[in-house]
This record gives sequence, C-alpha cells and structure tokens, in this order.
Amino acid sequence: MRRIRVHPDDFDIAAESAALLAACKQAGALASFTGVVRSTSAHPITALYLEHYPGMTEAALARIAAEAESRFALLGCTLIHRIGTLEPGQNIVLVLAAAAHRQPALDATGFLIDFLKTSAPFWKKEIFPDGTSAWVFPRDGDAQAASRW
Amino acid sequence: MPITILYFAWLRERTGTGIEQLVLPQGVSTVADLIVFLRGRDAAHDAAFASPLVRAAVNQVFARPQTPLSPGDEVAFFPPVTGG
Repeated sequence: MRRIRVHPDDFDIAAESAALLAACKQAGALASFTGVVRSTSAHPITALYLEHYPGMTEAALARIAAEAESRFALLGCTLIHRIGTLEPGQNIVLVLAAAAHRQPALDATGFLIDFLKTSAPFWKKEIFPDGTSAWVFPRDGDAQAASRW
Repeated sequence: MPITILYFAWLRERTGTGIEQLVLPQGVSTVADLIVFLRGRDAAHDAAFASPLVRAAVNQVFARPQTPLSPGDEVAFFPPVTGG
C-alpha cells in the first residue's frame, strides 16, 4: 500500500493515519514524521515558497518508497508534500510508515524523510519580513543523514 | 524532434526561462555539451550556469555531465534539491 501525493492543500494527519491503517490490516506499528514551516527570532521568515518538478517529483517519491519497501518489512507508507506558499507553523510534508512492529516502522520513516530531502526535486524559497527572498541551500547534514542508510 | 529544456528555482529566475524547445545543435551529444551551448547563447544563461551548484535530469532521472542526449529528450536544470 503506497500513497503518494503532491499538492498545495493541507493534510489531516489523523485522517491519513486512519486511511493507511485501514489499508494495512496486519500493522502493529505506525510511525510518522511531519515537517513544519519554521520561523525563529534569529532567522524570521514570513512565508516559505515551495516549487517542484511535476512528473519527476512523483516518480522520485515512488522510487524512494519502493526502496523503503525493499529494505524494511513495510506494510505500507504515505508520502504527502505540499507546494506553493506556506506560512510559519503550517505543515510541509508528511511521512507515515506502517509495519508489524515498531523498528521497521521507525526506521522506514527516517529513511523516507532523509531520502525525500536529498532525492526528490523540491526547492524552497524563504520570504523575509522586509519583502526580500532567498532560495534555500541544502544543509551538509541532509546528505550525511541520507548517507547513514 | 526537438528536446525540451526545463529550468527550476533560481535557474529559472536567472535565465528568465521556464521551458524552451531546441533542436539538438550539431556536436551537442551530452548534458555537458548542452550547458556549453546554452552558456554561449546569452549572458543570462552564461551567468546562471557559472554556478557549480547546477544539477540536471534527463527524462526525469538525475543525470551527470556525461549523460547522453537524444532527440525528444526532456532535460531539466535546477539547484540542489531542498524539499522536506
């Protein structure tokens, strides 16, 4: 069971969790990761703009999900990524992984978000309070996080 | 059959182009060849591709400079991805 969506609209974590579990009757564990737009006093932003490569994005997410399915005893997973202009506190991305037991569910969730960050064609632009904006550069830690798998 | 070239994020902004079609010029057979050709076309493309951060995909799969090109291919240029 693989659910992959890319759209501007928000997602409902409880509803997505229930839908994945309903499709994975043998599951005893459901792990999740939610990425949220962050604005801090040291680095304030008023919005985050997310662009993607339609077509390649869905294909890349499907490849990442297939790799997770082959590495972990996954019963199902959900990948939802929002695009467009988002405000601080709003959801960006949801990863859900269902498995018989906690370890494959937790491991697959970490694997999925680490590879989504390094292998799916999304780009973020930060909009600042003074009206200027800047494209985000990848953090070295993102590649390191993906390389641990 | 022309190739389709897509530009994303700051590559789109700096080149002033989101999508274009191009008949593969004589002697352009790889991604690296195409970048050399595009840089020679105008100052905006030359400046955009001067960055070492430019990445590419051919037919929606991440590509390398030596990845070969064929008529009809979809080639995309973009910065390192920053989703999630």
